[in-house]
Amino acid sequence: MTFQQLLFIGFAALVLGGGIAVVLLRNPLYGAFALITSFVGLSALYVMMGAQFIGAAQIVVYAGAIMMLFVFVIMLLNVRADEERPPRHRFLVWLAAPLALLLSAGLWLAVAGVQGDRAPSGEAGTVERVGKNLMTRYLLPFELTSVLILLAVVGALHLAKREKE
Amino acid sequence: MTTFLASFLASALSWAAQQASDPSLMERYLQGLKEVDASKFLVLSAIIFSIGLGGVLIRRNIIVIFMSVELMLSAANLNFIAFARYWQTQGSLYAYNGHVMTIFVIVVAAAEAALGLGLLLALYRNRETIAADEINLLKW
Repeated sequence: MTFQQLLFIGFAALVLGGGIAVVLLRNPLYGAFALITSFVGLSALYVMMGAQFIGAAQIVVYAGAIMMLFVFVIMLLNVRADEERPPRHRFLVWLAAPLALLLSAGLWLAVAGVQGDRAPSGEAGTVERVGKNLMTRYLLPFELTSVLILLAVVGALHLAKREKE
Repeated sequence: MTTFLASFLASALSWAAQQASDPSLMERYLQGLKEVDASKFLVLSAIIFSIGLGGVLIRRNIIVIFMSVELMLSAANLNFIAFARYWQTQGSLYAYNGHVMTIFVIVVAAAEAALGLGLLLALYRNRETIAADEINLLKW
């Protein structure tokens, strides 16, 4: 077992553990913290695949900005932990387990045979390379995303604004 | 309805058993576990996506549903980066398309989070709840 494999298994376990905790933890605030942990692991995986800039953006934008928004709203709404409520259709649990097994087997089969990446090259997704792409071939979509963000900001402001009586 | 579901389930399970008994397919299943290459990241991404999908389906709290959607978006990002890695090793001219696409996904996720949480605030102010099954104004 190589060092790279150990790193992969460790970070993958971090990501999966965080993801499972998001789904299973009853308190949304703990779920948000678990999701931040998961995103940190994901960022490490990006760096393992030579995407340094994406890894940094993942930490700054996802784990920093977006999750801060989530935690802020959770605390603002003062959300209680979900109380126990019995599921409405108990037999669906027995249907769900084999279907989930089937889904995972199908997904695994679809992607497991992919070859490639046997000899990692020295190239990496640095800011320079990604930025060059962003500013030449993808200039129009890049500018459109700034319009999208402006729209989202105005829309969110309008939605969250308290209406005057 | 129940008999239809049962027959569908039985055929699906028999298909899965048939798949599993094929030795060359088992070889393909296990291949991804030997080395850290693109397929491992794809398998991990599939698992993350399934976890997110499960969260969307079983949770009632809208905030948790949102976070599960973020998890699914991250799984897609991981796929983009894995394939970008693959094309890098092939020396492709378009090796960084995956990185650019990931940036776009992150941006759209940020916009979606801002708008969604704004909607959530307005909803909570009007209905005093954020449980997905108690919001049924548009349900007949």
